[in-house]
Amino acid sequence: MRSLAVDIWGGWATTLGIKTLIVMGLIPVGALVLGYTFLLKMMSHMQSRLGPMDPGGFHGWYQLIGDGIKFIQKEDIIPEGADKRVFKMAPAIVVLSTFLMFVVLPGGPDFVVAKDLDVGVFYALAVSSLSVIGVLMAGWASSNKYALLGSLRAAAQLIAYELPLVLAVIGVVIQAGTMNLQDIVRFQASGEIFGWDGLGLPLILTQIVGFGLFMIAAQAELSQPPFDMPVAESELVAGYMVEYTGFRFLFFFIGEFGTAFVYAGLAATLFLGGWSVPFIDVDADIMNVVGPLVLFAKIMLVAFLMFWARFTYPRFREDQLQSLAWKWLIPIALANILVTGALKVAF
Amino acid sequence: MPKFEVDPAVHRGLADARLNVEIDNGDMILNLGPQHPATHGTLRLVVRLDGERVVASDVVIGYMHRGYEKLTEYRTYPQITTLINRIDWLSSFANEVPFVHAAEQLMGIEAPPRAEYIRTALTELSRIATFLLFLGEMGLQVGAITPAFYGFRDREYVLNAIESATGGRFHPNFNRIGGLKDDLPWGWIAETRESMRKVLKSCDEFEDLVVSNPIFQKRTRGIGIIPAELGASYGVSGSNLRASGVDWDLRRDGKPYLVYNDLDWKVWTHSDGDSFARYWVRLQETRESARMVLQLLDVMPSGPVMTKVPKIIKVPEGEVWVNTENPLGEMGYYVISKGATGPFRVKIRTASLSNVSIAPWLLRGVYLPDIITVLASLYFILGDIDK
Repeated sequence: MRSLAVDIWGGWATTLGIKTLIVMGLIPVGALVLGYTFLLKMMSHMQSRLGPMDPGGFHGWYQLIGDGIKFIQKEDIIPEGADKRVFKMAPAIVVLSTFLMFVVLPGGPDFVVAKDLDVGVFYALAVSSLSVIGVLMAGWASSNKYALLGSLRAAAQLIAYELPLVLAVIGVVIQAGTMNLQDIVRFQASGEIFGWDGLGLPLILTQIVGFGLFMIAAQAELSQPPFDMPVAESELVAGYMVEYTGFRFLFFFIGEFGTAFVYAGLAATLFLGGWSVPFIDVDADIMNVVGPLVLFAKIMLVAFLMFWARFTYPRFREDQLQSLAWKWLIPIALANILVTGALKVAF
Repeated sequence: MPKFEVDPAVHRGLADARLNVEIDNGDMILNLGPQHPATHGTLRLVVRLDGERVVASDVVIGYMHRGYEKLTEYRTYPQITTLINRIDWLSSFANEVPFVHAAEQLMGIEAPPRAEYIRTALTELSRIATFLLFLGEMGLQVGAITPAFYGFRDREYVLNAIESATGGRFHPNFNRIGGLKDDLPWGWIAETRESMRKVLKSCDEFEDLVVSNPIFQKRTRGIGIIPAELGASYGVSGSNLRASGVDWDLRRDGKPYLVYNDLDWKVWTHSDGDSFARYWVRLQETRESARMVLQLLDVMPSGPVMTKVPKIIKVPEGEVWVNTENPLGEMGYYVISKGATGPFRVKIRTASLSNVSIAPWLLRGVYLPDIITVLASLYFILGDIDK
């Protein structure tokens, strides 16, 4: 009979520890990669400039890491009128929702950070709305009018766009017949286009409307332009982040880009076939190595679209944003569900 | 200025606009500025908000008052051009011209034709530089980052042209009473012609990227409408008034100055009077200015750039009012001379002060983001407001 200690250290505790470390490592790395590739480099080249070139020697790859170190060194300033406990907790909650979303993302046939949940899609979208609470807390606790306005805008916006986000995914769920992310990937890998199974069936082909809706809603959930009223730097300075400095601001930064990473991962999994790649059998052992790389490539592709829009468009006004969500996106999403459901029944 | 009949109802509206923002009824009072990214410096806006809707607003100015009108009384005429460079710092060269003209008119001298042509070219160049910044910045204020960089990039070509001619990018101080400091450097004309082609191309880019963008149109159309007669009664001038459909440009309609009458150009107006119209008019005027510079470069006469003036400039007794069409609107100098080396009194009329004074009226009932749109589209320079 094994002792309890062995059970704990050799069993679930170790697994949990390793998994936690993986998540803790992957999210900031993902945020760094997106931040460097798109925020620093792609944006610079779109705007006919080079971006950072010196730090680290090669095209300024070290810039964001250096920024991170700088943020950690900075003084942790809390405004005098702030609700201190809530103020300190808020950034952690925003990052927490990112972490929680990430754990169900499958990277290979046996490679899921947490459990391969049967309600994976449902779970991911549910925990994504946790960040609203963090944002509201940040805005309220800052005791700043700009922060308050920003957080109220954020709450209204995130709640309004939660609906099209969920409704857009329902088409995929209907077609795949499951909410399990792993099974959705397998469904896409084993599908066929008019009897030709070379590519599988990436659901973007049949759910192009859903994909568009998902991207628009994700953009709004991320508060990126054209939906960045909560942080609108030219009017609300930086919205709910205005009073944050140092490593708390770093948390928001990681939250912003980490969430972009996860949403891109969700879009890649739901619409682009996730970790599966044509011509390699989904159950081959090699997929546990190739899968994450394939998923990463697809994430970068989706993130490119997101950031392309981010750096191109002006922002909507609050009321225009709401009317876009309620008058256009939600009806279109509902129609998409109807059509998908009817076709599913018919064939 | 064309004559307007002002409706009494408008006057009542003006009174409403001056609502005292200190009345306390539970609305939130938001302080925009003096340090705020959208106020181009140190403009302060006290806004009373009901939710996100503006109930009343008050513009507070004077954080950058430098007392230029008083300072001019202690300077000689040639020294003053250095000061007035800094009023509207984006188009410094255009500021110098009316003052130098005022002194020249009092002295009864005239700059040689080549100097007047170069002055016109440089004035138009500084207009282009100012407007290119606006075209980019307006995008930034409604949330698009990229146009701002395009604006700055293309403005660089124009600033380089100004720098190579005058030696100063921002504060050329190139005008002298009776002409110019120097002639143009070799190769300037060819280089500037190339730059103007780039500017014209860049205007097309702004047309594609910003003007035709549906979100930009949604954000700016119908926001901050200035009725023509109301704008005129507030003293709004320049592109802001032309965007309200008033066909009035001092370069064409005022007392003739520089060489505008020799050029083939057009005054652009727009009938809407909203933020979009102001953007559109400035875009067209940038193009028009680039075309004017191209024409000037073709017909630039030869000859001296300085007439004969005494070593120590004494301006005879008299008074003169010179106003010109500057990039931001009507700029004027009322100079009183008592025959000394410096003026007795100078009154400076700057465009931005009048342009921004209509803001409280425009901002009633708009949403918080529209405040930024309206302020950006009015396009003021803090130095031009506070002097």
